[in-house]
Amino acid sequence: MSSAVINNPLLRSKTGIWLKKNLFSSWLNTFITLVSIYFIWQVGSFFLSWAIFDADFLVNFRGEVILDRTYCSKNIEPGLHGACWAIIDARFYQFMYGFYPAEEVWRVNLTFLLLPLALIGIFFDKLPYRKFFIYFTFIFPFIAYYLLYGGPTLSQVGTNKWGGLLVTLFLGVTGIGLAFPLSILLALGRRSQMPIISSMCVIFIEFIRGVPLITLLFTANVMLPLFLPDGISPDNLLRALVAVTLFQSAYMAEAIRGGLQAIPRGQVEAARSMGLTYWQSTRKIILPQALRISIPPIVNTSIGLFKDTSLVLIIGLFDLLGIGRAALADMSWIKLYYEVYVFVSLVFFIFCFAMSRYSLYLEKKLKTDNSQ
Amino acid sequence: MTKIKSLFMALILSLGVSSAFADGHGSTLDVVKERGFLKCGSNTGLAGFGLPNDAGVWEGIDVDVCRAVAAAVFGDASKVEYVPTTSKVRFTVLQSGEVDMLSRNTTWTLQRDVELGLEFVGVNYYDGQGFMVPASLGVSSATELDGASVCIQVGTTTEMNLADFFSANGMSYEAVPVETNSEADAAYTAGRCDVYTTDASGLYASRAGYPDPSAHVVLPEIVSKEPLGPSVRHGDSAWADIVRWSLNAMIIGEEKGITSANVDEMKNSNDPEVLRLLGVNQVGDTGAGYGQWLNLSDDWAYNILQQVGNYSESFERHIGPNTPINIQRGLNALYKDGGILYAPPFR
Repeated sequence: MSSAVINNPLLRSKTGIWLKKNLFSSWLNTFITLVSIYFIWQVGSFFLSWAIFDADFLVNFRGEVILDRTYCSKNIEPGLHGACWAIIDARFYQFMYGFYPAEEVWRVNLTFLLLPLALIGIFFDKLPYRKFFIYFTFIFPFIAYYLLYGGPTLSQVGTNKWGGLLVTLFLGVTGIGLAFPLSILLALGRRSQMPIISSMCVIFIEFIRGVPLITLLFTANVMLPLFLPDGISPDNLLRALVAVTLFQSAYMAEAIRGGLQAIPRGQVEAARSMGLTYWQSTRKIILPQALRISIPPIVNTSIGLFKDTSLVLIIGLFDLLGIGRAALADMSWIKLYYEVYVFVSLVFFIFCFAMSRYSLYLEKKLKTDNSQ
Repeated sequence: MTKIKSLFMALILSLGVSSAFADGHGSTLDVVKERGFLKCGSNTGLAGFGLPNDAGVWEGIDVDVCRAVAAAVFGDASKVEYVPTTSKVRFTVLQSGEVDMLSRNTTWTLQRDVELGLEFVGVNYYDGQGFMVPASLGVSSATELDGASVCIQVGTTTEMNLADFFSANGMSYEAVPVETNSEADAAYTAGRCDVYTTDASGLYASRAGYPDPSAHVVLPEIVSKEPLGPSVRHGDSAWADIVRWSLNAMIIGEEKGITSANVDEMKNSNDPEVLRLLGVNQVGDTGAGYGQWLNLSDDWAYNILQQVGNYSESFERHIGPNTPINIQRGLNALYKDGGILYAPPFR
């Protein structure tokens, strides 16, 4: 190697060393790096020009406001190919709230605003005044129910009017929230010494894990009303929620069981020898440690469930994806597939990515805790 | 522990029951009237037939049947709650009593009418399998398609109808198999086949989405029967009559030239059938109009025609030649205009 290369300030800088070590360490790696950069550039520039630079947002290239697909630039000039985002704007209300009455929509907005407040208490244990946030977490479901569904002084808005992100979040958050306590009981039950309880839990978990979510949704939606007497049919959304909750609880229970099994047997024995009862030792010694270990797999199944909620469109509920498909069926917007699906995946991505970053943060935190 | 358990069970039961007890029992009409709105099973989204528009309002010719029944029962076409149903759950939703009627492009067949416990009350759109070809092919009839390549969904009735039609006419075709209807559409657009075949209404809808719709023609031959119509549960004939005659009122409205615009003038018509329909004439000298037989008010049909309009208005508004879907009346014209749309007399 010539001295010019060695003395090159770029190559001696930190970035230079990192680049050389990771991307250009051999001829093969250099080749792969260059091909990858070319590929990323090609795809990225095409996507950006489609999605942003050449795209129509609210007006087309002639400056006209886009009222339907015939106004989209790409449908006027054959040479233009940019996205036509006006469909998202025209249906934005439905994407967010479904068919929720416009004059009551502040109730949904307020619930959306309160949701993070209800969650941060659980997510961050070093939060100041955490106790009050936790109290709020427990009363939040009742506030949310009152706000969204209605009650005294608020008019009732049936769940058939709910849709879009509201339904997706409702099924995701409520399903995960309800499944959590249920899954702890299932995990404890599965490890129980009592044969009836443990076999019941095993049968439940294995049955639910053995069938796809779509089957459970169909069962809840199609079979349940046939078993019930005429005219008695629980709410459609509620039935979907039950299916989603049962499904999630089985998967979460297995994640928690993994955590329980990782606790050394000495912990239980030590607790017993101090005279703690089963529930005392479980609550104070075992569960806090087990749950901590199982948080990453719990978040993992939760991300899976959040995405799976879009299956409810098959039973006629308009979640985020269902609203998108209805928009695509409309003659005014037909064939704008890419715009709708890119938008829907972006929204799903934001939520799933946030969950996965949180899981990463927890993993890091748990590592430092263990090393202390 | 048992006390808590039984309390818990009671809570669950009361929750489940209270949310739905309003539906109760008795005749469907009473249930609907007591509830204050009609529950109508609709499509999850089919352009021109049933679909929420940008403002979230449901539109389409199937939706108009629901609106007509609401106008007949309540005098207010907007008193409908739409329950979106997919093709897989639609019959269960009706059987279990979740909806009062189904109006979502459903073909009337023997099995559905009899075995599934449905009652089809009429036909609001005569559909059937058709063929679409590029206009540049210069073909004007499906009988000229000998040797053509056809994009076809494998394992469907569409495939069987196609085979029957070609062999009946002594022609051969080259099948280009695809999985779904949208795939067939894409294959046809990409030029992988000469002919695209599915239900004619679907062909028109696909064509409307093409960059240049006039470059494609839907051939006049229809090779299968797909009568689409509203249905109700077996066992409540009185309710079936209401839905049937709400649809009939729209068809008779067109026959007699009554539109939402001239419905008030038509009350002064000389045609006794029009006067009976609009609730002007009484049954004999009983002092009551023709609504009494259906347990409805005498102006029920007037309300339908005023608020929803006649069949032709509904057709032109949602799927007619002036809409992007651009369907000709064809079979769906009145019997006196060359179609097969025919309502029994209103007397």
